[in-house]
Amino acid sequence: MANNILEIKDLTIHYVTDQETVKAVNGISLQIAEGESLGLVGETGAGKTTTALGIMRLVPDPPGRVIGGEIIYKGEDLMKKSEHEMRSIRGHQISMIFQDPMTALNPVETVGYQIAEVIRLHQNLSKRDAELKAMEMMELVGIEGARAGEYPHQFSGGMKQRIVIAMALACDPSLLLADEPTTALDVTIQEQVLDLIDNLKKQFNTSMLLITHDLGIVAEVCDKVAIMYAGEIVEYGTLEHIYNNTSHPYTQGLFGSIPNFNSKTHRLKPIKGLMPDPANLPDGCVFADRCPHAKDECRSGKLVTKEIEPGHLVRCRLFE
Amino acid sequence: MLKFIGRRILMLIPVMLGVVLVVFSMMYFSPGNAEDYILGDMATAEDKEAFRVENGLDKPFWIQYFNYVRKALKGDLGISYNTKKPVTEEILTRFPTTFKLAFFSVVVSSILGLTTGIISAVKQYSLWDNICRFIAMIGVSMPTFWLGLMLMLLFSVKLGWLPAAGFKTWKHWIMPALTLGLHSASSIMRMTRSNMLEAIRQDYIRTARAKGQKESVVIWRHALKNAAIPIVTVVGMQFGRMLGGSSITEMVFAIPGLGKLLIDSINLKNAPQVQGGVLFLALTMSVANLIVDILYAFIDPRIRSQYVKVKKAKAAPAAAAKEA
Repeated sequence: MANNILEIKDLTIHYVTDQETVKAVNGISLQIAEGESLGLVGETGAGKTTTALGIMRLVPDPPGRVIGGEIIYKGEDLMKKSEHEMRSIRGHQISMIFQDPMTALNPVETVGYQIAEVIRLHQNLSKRDAELKAMEMMELVGIEGARAGEYPHQFSGGMKQRIVIAMALACDPSLLLADEPTTALDVTIQEQVLDLIDNLKKQFNTSMLLITHDLGIVAEVCDKVAIMYAGEIVEYGTLEHIYNNTSHPYTQGLFGSIPNFNSKTHRLKPIKGLMPDPANLPDGCVFADRCPHAKDECRSGKLVTKEIEPGHLVRCRLFE
Repeated sequence: MLKFIGRRILMLIPVMLGVVLVVFSMMYFSPGNAEDYILGDMATAEDKEAFRVENGLDKPFWIQYFNYVRKALKGDLGISYNTKKPVTEEILTRFPTTFKLAFFSVVVSSILGLTTGIISAVKQYSLWDNICRFIAMIGVSMPTFWLGLMLMLLFSVKLGWLPAAGFKTWKHWIMPALTLGLHSASSIMRMTRSNMLEAIRQDYIRTARAKGQKESVVIWRHALKNAAIPIVTVVGMQFGRMLGGSSITEMVFAIPGLGKLLIDSINLKNAPQVQGGVLFLALTMSVANLIVDILYAFIDPRIRSQYVKVKKAKAAPAAAAKEA
């Protein structure tokens, strides 16, 4: 697709402390087209949230440091923007739904104020009008607008998550970064929240980067998938590519860890071992230690990402 | 909210009774007789006996105590032994000086402590932060009387810029306020810094930044409001400490305040004056604490909701049920 709303090229983000350098994101590249949803999948600590924060230019510094790479949003490199320009993009053009609704809302401000805050920042509305718009947004996510004067502790977890979503969508962003929007929720609410995001996305033609570790959710919501492991994208392609032509041993391992209703499996095949310490990444392939197909040549040299079919990229020695 | 304030005021009654009992007992059982100090060496045994009878000191402890409490409830705290004026009058003429000094010091040290603490937290480990923390460390560790004497030595004796004692012009205010204020500014600064550091690491601060909010609003509104409770507590405690504990400063600078009155009275074993003064200080301290508690409720809606009925209490469970 030609008109990419977001293009990340070779993004590298490290957390540098006196003792060690945690290599959270190592040279990842991805594209999101207008109206498209990309699922960013990986286990805890793979660097997914850091990637999203990198796009927002909100990586906490210190200790976080963007080492290199480009983040092209609508043809302009966000890395070259001033802090002032970034502020008018954040919450307006690009907005983010945060992982944990319990802590993402300010406990001492009313939810109405918190939603109206983002509206007042980016839209030329009076205080009163912004509050009315905030109430509308609350109704949109299925919460009575009359509750705008209440505080976060008066809402349940699912409702707080919906308030966070209302906040993120209040200014009709072109790009939504959803960081595990459903992880803190139980399954029934998960479904509601996903439907909600999906509807709103269609309504406003918003592009989305959905961060999750749940392949089921990805299959439901996304058009494309990027599988992330230890700060690298190991496999990238459409839903079709990833689900039907699973190529990277890590992705295969992920699917092997999910129970399948169609075939009778007595035992799941979890991936053995643990993710390498991002402060001490191994030479060569980062997955080699856990890979069933690992050979000696996997443990040295630099890997290249190979396009094994149009739009399906794999970063593995087996395909080089 | 009114119910909460009313309940807190009612709770003052046992506190005050307790304070009276403790102070009264201490004055009663401490060695020395008031008549010896007040009447002097030349007084005869008859004079002393007459003094004891006149002030009810010949009666047993419990009778004296209940007489005192009974009168105190009516607002009569007795007559000062040495000035022969009502204790209440003595206190009320001295208190404004102490209060003004404490209030002035607490306002200045809050402004100073808050701003430096916030800047230190935002620029953690910067040169500014290190200097401020160093000064604050000195400030909290230095004894008040020593600081007072050193300031006096420098500004009054060596440089001759400021008057050493008394409380007449604004120049008299500077050193006492500095003596009292440096300690509290340091405590407030340290408390502000540590709580702000915690607050600015919270997720909701990241949320506020992700909205595109200006850094100044993020810090002064979102973070400070969340860090405010411990800071308000410290400010309240410092204010109480200054009202009661300014005795030393008042002695050092010879300020005619409540603290100096108390210490002079203790030296004379002027029991009604001491009891009245301590009772009064306990009352102001309790009121300061009460104000801090009320402020909590204004700052934090979670505390407020414990005392105030939620307006939409009916709608909330219904919505929660729908949610489930």
